[in-house]
Amino acid sequence: MSTVKYSEDHEWIRIDGDVATVGITDHAQEQLGDVVFVDLPAVGTQVEKGGDAAVVESVKAASEVYAPITGEIVEVNSDLEGEPSKVNAEAESGGWFMKIKIADTSELESLMDEAAYKELVAQED
Amino acid sequence: MSKQTETGAAAPETLRTPLYDLHVAQGGRMVPFAGYHMPVQFPAGIIAEHTHTRTRAGLFDVSHMGQAWLSSPDDISVLMERLVPGEIQALKPGRIRYTQLLNDDGGIIDDLMLTKFEAPSGGERLFCVVNAACKDGDFAHMSERLGSGITIDRLEDRALIAVQGPGAAAALSRLLEGIETMPFMSARPMTHDGADIMVSRCGYTGEDGYELSVPADRAAAFTENIVALEEVMPIGLGARDTLRLEAGLCLYGHDIDETTSPIEGALEFSIGKRRREEGGFPGAKRVQGELANGPSRRRVGIRPEGRAPAREGAEIINVAGEAVGTVTSGGFGPTVEGPVAMGYVRADHAQTGTKVQLSVRGREMPAEIADMPFVPQRYYRPAKG
Repeated sequence: MSTVKYSEDHEWIRIDGDVATVGITDHAQEQLGDVVFVDLPAVGTQVEKGGDAAVVESVKAASEVYAPITGEIVEVNSDLEGEPSKVNAEAESGGWFMKIKIADTSELESLMDEAAYKELVAQED
Repeated sequence: MSKQTETGAAAPETLRTPLYDLHVAQGGRMVPFAGYHMPVQFPAGIIAEHTHTRTRAGLFDVSHMGQAWLSSPDDISVLMERLVPGEIQALKPGRIRYTQLLNDDGGIIDDLMLTKFEAPSGGERLFCVVNAACKDGDFAHMSERLGSGITIDRLEDRALIAVQGPGAAAALSRLLEGIETMPFMSARPMTHDGADIMVSRCGYTGEDGYELSVPADRAAAFTENIVALEEVMPIGLGARDTLRLEAGLCLYGHDIDETTSPIEGALEFSIGKRRREEGGFPGAKRVQGELANGPSRRRVGIRPEGRAPAREGAEIINVAGEAVGTVTSGGFGPTVEGPVAMGYVRADHAQTGTKVQLSVRGREMPAEIADMPFVPQRYYRPAKG
């Protein structure tokens, strides 16, 4: 049974055992508009919580995607190379970005649950 | 995810165009731009808006731009030629000229459209449209340089609406009879439902289209009538930028500015033969020298390989690893279905097909100097005979 958490930077993090699948939230894709390119890290890269992990380019601008937790990139979503618009159409499912092997499970505690994230989005609007 | 920073914060005095309420009602996402609240996109999204304009017709609010009548007790065309390199004296009434206000070094203060008309009091006058962010400076510059010789009647009580796309002529002709046979780069005063409308056949998308100067108090109702036409949907600033970039058209402050000359900016098409020979405009020495000997740098089109867009500010590097230029506009071209850019390169790298690298996020990305426009221009030319 997996748990889904959210970051203040509008990422969702699905935790299955010691692997976290990361993408941007539906709210984030709506704010970005049409996504035309996603620059994903190489498998094997070590990422640090809060550090640069990926770049998502909409028609308008490039935005950094920060690693919500520390760990090693174990898989990236190669579908996004040919079909970056999946980030718009399926932000919280098929539009995932990367899978990170969790280095420190205590970092998960600072992430939000769905209710807290919804409240954050409501405050921003 | 990081916050996007391209829009900045709304200043408290951010203005509203006469179409503000309509934009909000249509679901426009409003952002501050050149001192105005403007829609960056509507619910359809930038790519859908862009494609709709290329295939049917789009309506753009460009009321933030500066409109004015320029007149003079002397010959207004002779006067304005002291500020711009374009051929204004030989411009026929009802015809539009694209030109630039130049500084004494031949740098571009702004680019603008001038349309000649016969003045009601005899003689001629010019209808002038300048960029929003430059308008106060432009009109101050004209006053300062031309003194009491020029009368500038700013049209702050008029909206400006662009309708662009292959379906624009057929759509608008149902509201403004005869509009479809107007030549490209011509203008005509018309009336619709009692309102005086200045119709100009020109635009900023590479497509056929019109710009309509409309009294502010009639603008919202008139716009609603246009958007109700089946070909037309409202378009935001996001698609306006991708459309003009694919068309190879300059965005002032990015692709041209006070340091770039019209020759460096590849705008020599806008300088007539007589003006090239005679000069008589600010910076003529530099412009004539660059026409004769070539400029040291040149604005060119750039096609990045692959899918990653190269944005404004990306460095252009040659095969030997030397920095030879900078991207001034870049992004994703929805019609091209790939990244497109423009920028300045050292003149010896300006030839189409030259291989370069673009520095994007610390990595070098292969690209090639390319012809502009990136999509064919489809301006209206009346059939001969």
